Amino acid sequence: MTAVGWLQITVFALALLLITKPLGIFLWHVMEGKPQFLSKILGPVEQLTYKLFGVDAQEEMNWLRYGQALLAFSCVSTLFTYAILRIQGLLPFNPMHFSMADAPSWSTQVTPDLAFNTAMSFATNTNWQAYSGESTMSYLSQMLGLAFHNWISAAVGFAVAAVLIRGFSRQNTAGLGNFWADISRFSLYVLFPAGILYSLFLVWQGVPQSFDAYKVATTLEGVSQWIPLGPIASQEWIKMLGINGGGFLNANSSHPFENPTPLTNFVQMVSIFALPAALTYTFGKSVGDTRQGWVLLSVMLILCLAGTALCYSAEAIGNPNFDRLGVETSSKVLGDSGGNQEGKELRFGLANSALFADVTTAASCGAVNSMHDSFTPVSGLVLLLNMQLGEIIFGGVGSGLYGMLIYAVLTVFIAGLMVGRTPEYLCKKIEKKEVKLAMLFLLVSAFSILALTAISTCCDLPAKGFLNPQGAPWNNINNSGPHGLSEILYAFSSATGNNGSAFAGISVNTPFYNTLLAVAMFAGRFLMIIPVLVMAGSLASKKLVPATSGTFPTNTWLFVVLLTGVILIVGALTFFPVLTLGPIVEQFLMHEGRLF
Amino acid sequence: MLKEVLPAIRATLVLAVFTGLLFPLAITALSKVLFDHQANGSLVFVQSKLIGSELLGQSFSKPEYFHSRPSAAGGGYAGEASGGTNLGPTSKKLLDGDDSFKGIGALVKEYRTENHLDESQKVPADAVCRSASGLDPHVSPANALLQVERVASARKMPPERVRQFLNKFIEERTIGVFGEPRINVLKLNLALDSEQTQGDRVAKQDKE
Repeated sequence: MTAVGWLQITVFALALLLITKPLGIFLWHVMEGKPQFLSKILGPVEQLTYKLFGVDAQEEMNWLRYGQALLAFSCVSTLFTYAILRIQGLLPFNPMHFSMADAPSWSTQVTPDLAFNTAMSFATNTNWQAYSGESTMSYLSQMLGLAFHNWISAAVGFAVAAVLIRGFSRQNTAGLGNFWADISRFSLYVLFPAGILYSLFLVWQGVPQSFDAYKVATTLEGVSQWIPLGPIASQEWIKMLGINGGGFLNANSSHPFENPTPLTNFVQMVSIFALPAALTYTFGKSVGDTRQGWVLLSVMLILCLAGTALCYSAEAIGNPNFDRLGVETSSKVLGDSGGNQEGKELRFGLANSALFADVTTAASCGAVNSMHDSFTPVSGLVLLLNMQLGEIIFGGVGSGLYGMLIYAVLTVFIAGLMVGRTPEYLCKKIEKKEVKLAMLFLLVSAFSILALTAISTCCDLPAKGFLNPQGAPWNNINNSGPHGLSEILYAFSSATGNNGSAFAGISVNTPFYNTLLAVAMFAGRFLMIIPVLVMAGSLASKKLVPATSGTFPTNTWLFVVLLTGVILIVGALTFFPVLTLGPIVEQFLMHEGRLF
Repeated sequence: MLKEVLPAIRATLVLAVFTGLLFPLAITALSKVLFDHQANGSLVFVQSKLIGSELLGQSFSKPEYFHSRPSAAGGGYAGEASGGTNLGPTSKKLLDGDDSFKGIGALVKEYRTENHLDESQKVPADAVCRSASGLDPHVSPANALLQVERVASARKMPPERVRQFLNKFIEERTIGVFGEPRINVLKLNLALDSEQTQGDRVAKQDKE
């Protein structure tokens, strides 16, 4: 660890705090449909969009209609992407001839199960990738099949958060806003202008943006080297800002073409957290008490920085097995270019790799600038837990906020039990229905992660069979011993949390894993959105009850502590047993020098 | 539900065309005008022959060149197969290697032999740990310094001269804060080559 390493982490946190309020206010205007500085220029486009959609954007929807529109849109767009991926060989913008008869020998076919997994992955904002971008996807598949979903899945997440916010801020009503208006405004006023500036910034720093075929270079020593190209910058920005995380290239944000400089790396990290941080302010402003928003942000920031500190120190201490072989790892000699350098890039070093890894798993981004599979076990534990807590430490666009609000509801309920009063949150009575829905939200996630991991670790399949040519699903792992279990657990935690990062050694491009992981992604997205919409509907129909002296205040440090405690206790109780068998035992074995 | 299907289809088509076609095409056009070099992959040409990209690392094995980190991308620095080893901290394969894979222990020995270093000399982490992308263009200054003697003797240059060169190529942290000090191996090797051709030419002229 170095002082300048900690400085980089501090600058990151300060930058985040600085943008939260202005961006939060802007998002509030967009959410409420109030005029802001872009309305004059883009207003007519907004109206045109509604005409093209054929919808009345003024119409208020109740939770059921809103949910139907959301599901119909997600369903149609998923099928659309599935179709594009399957027929990419027939479509234009495919200079490398992927999925064609004369495709390069190193390319991969898009099988039905891979296309299904990928379509589901991008529709759910997960961006789990069972393929390598540069050897599988045509430029058209990347742009029209995948980047398109990066935009709209972020917009859908924002829409659901908007609905839950309205559930708290409105009273005696069924109307929760209009789905089409919510996604259009967000895409048009937030993503579109940000995208232009951000992509050009990335190109300036070195991210390619070209429709040419890959180039073949002859290196200084006379070997040929492929140089991949593509419309990378126009997809890279939304991958970060939309918290999607699916790289254009296999190595994702560790690839010099996706993340060429320390500056792009810093901007990428800030842009992962930007929207969920701002949404906490938007929330506070909507419910008429911005401190309510800062409380949620504090909890997120505390959990995130604690994780980063643990990760950074574990990576700096490194792997004692390396030292035994004569490797210099000490930070005293090498600074942040020492420690555990396996799977890390030198331009980022330890501090930026640890921070990025913590940020990308705390948010449901899943982009990586270093290979998580090669992290020390304690760091792996932090990353796993970040996802297993339900992607609420900033989380996804919208989904982080609504996940955190579910925990807040649970916390006031538990606090209410302790003092024996009907719990209230933001002047709404929290009753049986809300608590049931909150528990459903949490149980879906735990069940999906644990049950599917269990199936993959104990169900045997025939070798060379259709489902999994490797035979039993545990044969697909790249590491043996406890780390192998961590690989499987990570896959299902990531899919359920809609994160998309991986302990990437595991081979998941088989019908068995493609299908099971798609199920996990579906559950982690839609089976959690539905309880949120129902809860929003129930809350909006209630009247606001004025706070009395007996009301438990939720805008204080006491609540920060309680909420943090509830999150950690729920997470720890659910996942401690399996984490013990994975990263925890591995950490001890690593220090003992046991290898697998 | 059915009532929402038609708008869903129309919205999918409209947004797909806008975000998936018009937007990337517009950005491509703007990039072409503003940052043509970067948009095309920051390519490096020597005598109009394409030799690589300044952002992507490449393999070096000759003694007169500084060597890059070991790489897990394909057979090493394969541009079509970026990626790391994805081997964990308790992996026997990572540390001890197998038939087709050099473990860290073997890489340490190899590095010492190549650079004529003592058995007791510790080897910098980046010289034996594979990067995340397999295309990391950089090495650490500590790693490069240990290679100076070898490069200098292969090029018949005074080590002091090579060291001066190397120091010029250390990229410092952005505004003193972001990233880590590092050296772009391809740029350094290119500069050494061109220095030497110039040097040879001067020597020739002197003889004449």
